[in-house]
Amino acid sequence: MSAAWENGRSKFAGPGSTWRRILSPTGNTGDVIFRILMFLVALLMVGIVVSMVIALAADAMPSIRQFGFGFLKSQRWDPIKGEFGALPFVYGTVASSLIALLISVPFSLGIAIFLVEQAPPYIARPIGFVVELLAAIPSVVYGLWGIFVLAPVLREYVEPALAKVFGWLPLFRGSITGIGLLTGGIILAIMVTPIISAVVRDVLSAVPGSQREAALALGATKWEMIRVVLVNGAPGIAGAIILGLGRALGETMAVTMVIGNRPQISFSLFEPSYTIASAIANEFTEATGDLYLSALVELGLILFLVTFIVNGFARVLVWNVTRRTGGVGRAA
Amino acid sequence: MATYSSADRMRRAISALMTTLTAFCTLLAVTALLIILFYIAWRGVDSISFQFLTDVPRPVGEGGGIGNAIVGSLVLLLISSVIGLPLGICVGVYLSEVGKGRLTGAVRFIVDTLTGIPSIVTGVFVYAILVIPMKHFSALAGGIALALIMIPIVARTTEEMLKLVPHSLREGALALGAPQWRVTIGVVIPAAASGIATGAMLAIARISGETAPLLFTAFGSRFFPESLNQPIASLTVQIYNYAISPYDEWHAQAWAATLVLMTLVLGINIIVRFLTRKRF
Repeated sequence: MSAAWENGRSKFAGPGSTWRRILSPTGNTGDVIFRILMFLVALLMVGIVVSMVIALAADAMPSIRQFGFGFLKSQRWDPIKGEFGALPFVYGTVASSLIALLISVPFSLGIAIFLVEQAPPYIARPIGFVVELLAAIPSVVYGLWGIFVLAPVLREYVEPALAKVFGWLPLFRGSITGIGLLTGGIILAIMVTPIISAVVRDVLSAVPGSQREAALALGATKWEMIRVVLVNGAPGIAGAIILGLGRALGETMAVTMVIGNRPQISFSLFEPSYTIASAIANEFTEATGDLYLSALVELGLILFLVTFIVNGFARVLVWNVTRRTGGVGRAA
Repeated sequence: MATYSSADRMRRAISALMTTLTAFCTLLAVTALLIILFYIAWRGVDSISFQFLTDVPRPVGEGGGIGNAIVGSLVLLLISSVIGLPLGICVGVYLSEVGKGRLTGAVRFIVDTLTGIPSIVTGVFVYAILVIPMKHFSALAGGIALALIMIPIVARTTEEMLKLVPHSLREGALALGAPQWRVTIGVVIPAAASGIATGAMLAIARISGETAPLLFTAFGSRFFPESLNQPIASLTVQIYNYAISPYDEWHAQAWAATLVLMTLVLGINIIVRFLTRKRF
């Protein structure tokens, strides 16, 4: 007797156990249809990602052929002469995201620590919800607020003060307009803080209580106990930060509205800059000529690949922590 | 009372300082939210009127409103929900009930990373596969772009909710002789229905605030929508266009439109929270 029949369950079961699982173990025709349907829909997800890569790469091909790797190294972005280089956009994207992380990581950690380790549940729940609401505010609303509230405040008070105190650094020189890299970074920081702090909360909650009890029993102060918890959750916290980075890299509307949109590389935080996402948002519908459009699609392809890798890496880190300690209640 | 050495006092002081700082961080985040919300309400409320909510946009100086943008946003939400919700729920069912092994892990990973793909890239993708072949912007393309953003969110919340359904329910139904598809559709999904609905509503709230994927799919329009095959207005794109315009009157309208959008988005979030407060 074959192995498939020995199990006595399915006439569809072949020698491969994967097929037996995908098709029905019960042998019911409805089940076979149901499972195949669900499987096809799941495959559609994989198909979407694959077709994203193919479609973007196909449309970016003229630009890839024309510029090759020089696309990433060139600083020139001149649609009229047909010269396209991505470096100013890559610089603006990375710089604004790093500023955002620099500001938001300490705050996010503080919020997560407060909500998990310190606040009693009747405070932690509503406050946690309020912090999450920050993530629910649409990007374009942050942009509007950035243009009319944040930028004037930075121009009138913050940037002059920074220039006065730290003016000896090239970072804080340049014309003060309120529109530029710093404003973009701050807006991004407000936007990624709720995301990072939400994941760090999950990670900290997944650290076993015995770790805290052990630290306290050894005479640790509250803060020393929290440091033990932080060390335990370190890979997950790293994952949360990288997740925030992925979000900041791809954020479009708010940044587009406050960063100034000038393709230049300047070390001054006050100067206008440009990100990959905002270049696409601004120029896509106005792009004349196939090469121009193709260069913009190549920017999109770069953004897709970078965020895909960054997010994938972050997921692995976060999964490992929350799984190992049983946060999700599921074996790895 | 025990006496503490100076080192001990130092440790205690540091602990007190740091724990106060964490509370301060939280306070600052809450303050930021309140400032943003009150500012929107303050700036937006002046321009809200019945005429503003029902009229189409008009040139500077002639008033005009966001009626077509409100209708357009609702149409886009409808298209994306019709496409995105069933697909998202099916993927969730696959991840929780059907799939096992490495392939399912890969699908889950793909779905998770899809959530993190910048929405502007989704817009470029839909432009490449729909707008270029059709040769014009359309409400349909916009709705599909939003659906692509929606599917992974709905899929993951559905999976989490289905996993909360006790195994005894499935076993009970299977023991009565029901095939798996009937167990899933008749027992497991109804048991998780409120959770799945919650996830769906949060996904709708999320995409109703999306702007970037609509810029070159739905594009925008100054008129009430007549066909799904034509460009369509949306609240978010309207806010963006008004915000970057040089006219004070349009800025005021952008704030008012923002107030309408925020009422929708925060309204959904708060209602969902209120309905599910016992479970989380």
